Amino acid sequence: MKTLAAESSQKQESDRIINDFSIQVATINGSGSQSSNNVLMRSIFQMGVPVSGKNLFPSNIAGLPTWFTIRASKEGYVARRRDSEILVAMNPQTAYEDVRSLKPGTVCISPVELKLDTIRQDVVHYQVPFTDLAAKATDQIKLRKLLTNMIYVGVVAQLLRIEEAEIDKAIRKQFEGKQKVIDLNLNAAAIGRNWARENLQKRDPYFIERLDKTKGKIIIDGNAAAAIGAMFAGASVVTWYPITPSSSLCETLIDYLKEYRVDKETGKATFAVIQAEDELAAIGMALGAGWAGARSMTSTSGPGISLMAEFAGYGYFTEIPTVIFDIQRVGPSTGMPTRTAQGDIIFAHLLSHGDTKHIVLFPATVEECYEMAMAAFDLAERFQTPVFVLSDLDLGMNNWMSDPFKYPLKPFDRGKVLTAEDLQKLGMFERYKDVDGDGICYRTLPGTKHPLAAYFTRGSGHNERSGYTERPEDYVHLMDRLNRKFNTARKHVPEPIVETAPNASIGIIACGSSHFAVQEGRDQLKAEAQLPVSYCRVRALPFTEHLRHFVEAHDHVYVVDQNRDGQLRDLIRLELPEHTMKIRSVRHYDGLPIDARFISEAILEQER
Amino acid sequence: MVDSLATPKGQAGPAPSTNRIGLTLADYKGSPSTLCDGCGHDAITSQIIKAFYELGVDPYRVAKLSGIGCSSKTPAYFLNRAHGFNAVHGRMPSIATGVSAANKELLQIGISGDGDTASIGIGQFCHVVRRNVPLLYLVENNGVYGLTKGQFSATADIGSRLKSGVVNDLPAIDLCGLAIELGCSFVARSFAGDPKQLVSLLKAAISHNGTAVLDIISPCVTFNNHEGSTKSYKHAKETDIPLHEIGYIPFYEQITVDYQAGEVEEVTMHDGSHVLLKKLGNDYDPTDRVGALNTIRKAYEQQQFLTGLIYIDESKPNFNELMHLVDEPLASLKEDRLRPPKQVLDEIMKSLM
Ligand SMILES: Cc1ncc(C[n+]2csc(CCOP(=O)(O)OP(=O)(O)O)c2C)c(N)n1
Ligand code: SF4
Ligand SMILES: [Mg+2]
Repeated sequence: MKTLAAESSQKQESDRIINDFSIQVATINGSGSQSSNNVLMRSIFQMGVPVSGKNLFPSNIAGLPTWFTIRASKEGYVARRRDSEILVAMNPQTAYEDVRSLKPGTVCISPVELKLDTIRQDVVHYQVPFTDLAAKATDQIKLRKLLTNMIYVGVVAQLLRIEEAEIDKAIRKQFEGKQKVIDLNLNAAAIGRNWARENLQKRDPYFIERLDKTKGKIIIDGNAAAAIGAMFAGASVVTWYPITPSSSLCETLIDYLKEYRVDKETGKATFAVIQAEDELAAIGMALGAGWAGARSMTSTSGPGISLMAEFAGYGYFTEIPTVIFDIQRVGPSTGMPTRTAQGDIIFAHLLSHGDTKHIVLFPATVEECYEMAMAAFDLAERFQTPVFVLSDLDLGMNNWMSDPFKYPLKPFDRGKVLTAEDLQKLGMFERYKDVDGDGICYRTLPGTKHPLAAYFTRGSGHNERSGYTERPEDYVHLMDRLNRKFNTARKHVPEPIVETAPNASIGIIACGSSHFAVQEGRDQLKAEAQLPVSYCRVRALPFTEHLRHFVEAHDHVYVVDQNRDGQLRDLIRLELPEHTMKIRSVRHYDGLPIDARFISEAILEQER
Repeated sequence: MVDSLATPKGQAGPAPSTNRIGLTLADYKGSPSTLCDGCGHDAITSQIIKAFYELGVDPYRVAKLSGIGCSSKTPAYFLNRAHGFNAVHGRMPSIATGVSAANKELLQIGISGDGDTASIGIGQFCHVVRRNVPLLYLVENNGVYGLTKGQFSATADIGSRLKSGVVNDLPAIDLCGLAIELGCSFVARSFAGDPKQLVSLLKAAISHNGTAVLDIISPCVTFNNHEGSTKSYKHAKETDIPLHEIGYIPFYEQITVDYQAGEVEEVTMHDGSHVLLKKLGNDYDPTDRVGALNTIRKAYEQQQFLTGLIYIDESKPNFNELMHLVDEPLASLKEDRLRPPKQVLDEIMKSLM
């Protein structure tokens, strides 16, 4: 029998496609394939090859199909791609459809008994007797299904030439501390690898070769990154109600807080985490805690944001700091809970009745999830208002490569809070008086021991002394002052990141997780259509002056949205009404993360 | 009424008397009430002022919260020196939970109405009780939505009648029974027209460690004080059956009353104060949860208006204790306690490489 090594050396070097392809693994939800896919992804990462992983999963605990896509990219592109070059078709429910949709020439690794070679002759089939191999891996029937996952890892690794030592290292990391599990999985991977080495002839061009582009990098999902940010921001009251895709933010945060924010001697915590009875209560608790002076936060997704509407307006109107993470998923209603979207931009920004508007931050990378979590707490306390951080399922739950996060240099900004000593010196206190002219007033915390400290917080009309009022001039005065505060925020929120391309007459404006697809799409436009495109990545609401400058500097701009109605586009048009005609739209809303091709094709079409 | 407590202005007279921390009764007052003359809520406000004054509670330590309704307006009418929080309808409990977690040194009094609690807010009511958040939760119960002009609330008794003649044919939610069922550690019922009982219960509730639910019948003179109402002054007075006579001895005073063994039950509160329950013929034990539930249920069936301290358990840990918070309030922690050092971030980053 010919060995794979001998075979592949006969292949022309120039035919090879190295470190630039995607692998899609189709499995059944709850079958334990997540760990295997992580191992595969990590091993590529450890080989120094930039990699990203996207999990496309159903709203279900077990039994429905799930797809995991690993993209290796020597250029460092990490956005989703529409096609994959390699399919691991482990799910009999979807195998036929999965295989039918492949591009000709795609590699398909599948259980031999599915006989997938009978339905497509134009793909490269590697058919593997997984059932027999699993029987070799263990005699415990229960474990066979699980270990089958690690067997395909061995097969794929052998075909792609991922080094054995890196697979083993990734397995050890994945199952850290569980030696028995490690041994079982090491063995399963070896069984797959050995079988492939002895039985498969390499008939495809895909290889992973060692690079040095991941040294010192981390892999993390956006929710975990935000959780780390929240911990270092000093979040002390955390309230939540479970919901996909937000839950893992608080769950990870709880793990970190228990590890790093509990006094080792006394066992006492510098934080309170409260699993509320619903999101209405979650935001109520967060506002109560913010009012009383804690750094408070809550995390949720669309349906929870809907429930929070009344309190969000209360927080805006009475000026109470808190941080609300919205990990967006597909709406309306229950929508598609495990699919991604940027559908809450306008709703979150204007959440509540009346003239309510909120500061919103748009992290685009895991590093920004970390940094903006910290910025959000500072902004909330500086501006005494709820601050929304809009992430999404793609950013929040998928794995991304990143530089390690930097320790914050700036101390906390606790905003304008008067102590008893301050009050003594001042001799007076009016809660809602704009003393400094920036729209931001001074507050006191309950418990402040001074006869001047107390004030009455009410969601009804209030004057500068926080007294009840229905006087028209008092109301106008208050609303105008809130607007002044909002305008002050323009100078404090994260600025857009602008990349001006030489000779570009058009530009892209985007926010959040569209970022990586935009970057890659610009490269495509430049390389394939000789079309240079500038880029303005908006990072917050309210908008800053940079946005106007960017639009004015280009003939027209394309606003990329991951929602049907072009919500970011609409907000930009409202901001720059005189430029409405220059503002075009690219909208992606099928529940999958936006990809670069979609953007470059949509722009080319409109450029014609 | 609040007015009866006002210190007459511009009259020369002896210096007003002060409590043990040197404050006068006036120091515990709020802004003038804007409720209807004779509203039960104002009578309760007077007793709240009195209770805090007589106990010598430092107003700076108090946070007064409420939902929405005529009842929920009343925190503006007492303790002007305490921070106030008039929340949204039915959601005062979640605010209280957050405030308490942020600053467990605050003494919280939350005022709600029967609509605010038993309808829109019943979920949060249940959960705040279940958690045993330190909070004096006072329901000013008039059987109607006063502020929206007199519609029935969920505590209206079956068969009771609105002024317009509409009869309520749904069963009432008994907030005391529900609270006991949910594990509440302090449950009492009283009547705005019985200031003596009310002030003692308020003092006991202020001394309580955990959620204290006080369901106070508080007649709405404008919409629910007529013949056919079961929440009118007249009806409450006529049907009021006290479970016991209540006395309260603060922790800083000696018990000096003499009583015969078996005649009075004494409950020691968390802060060392004592509640004395003088028996009135019946042998009621407010520390027996099942007995309390039975009694309240029977009273409900017979449409009796039982008042007094219905259930108490001073041993139950409050929510903040369960969360093992550090000794100082979370709100006063500074960056050095809240932001872990750089080594921690380095350690986390390493684990992700
Ligand atoms: C979300 C919401 N729905 C409805 C209202 C209107 N509303 C104001 S007070 C009230 C009822 C208050 O009844 P209760 O709590 O019994 O207080 P009372 O006025 O009787 O003291 C209602 C329905 C509101 N403020 N908010
Ligand atoms: S309407 Fe009823 S509850 Fe409201 S203030 Fe008047 S009497 Fe009191
Ligand atoms: Mg009422």
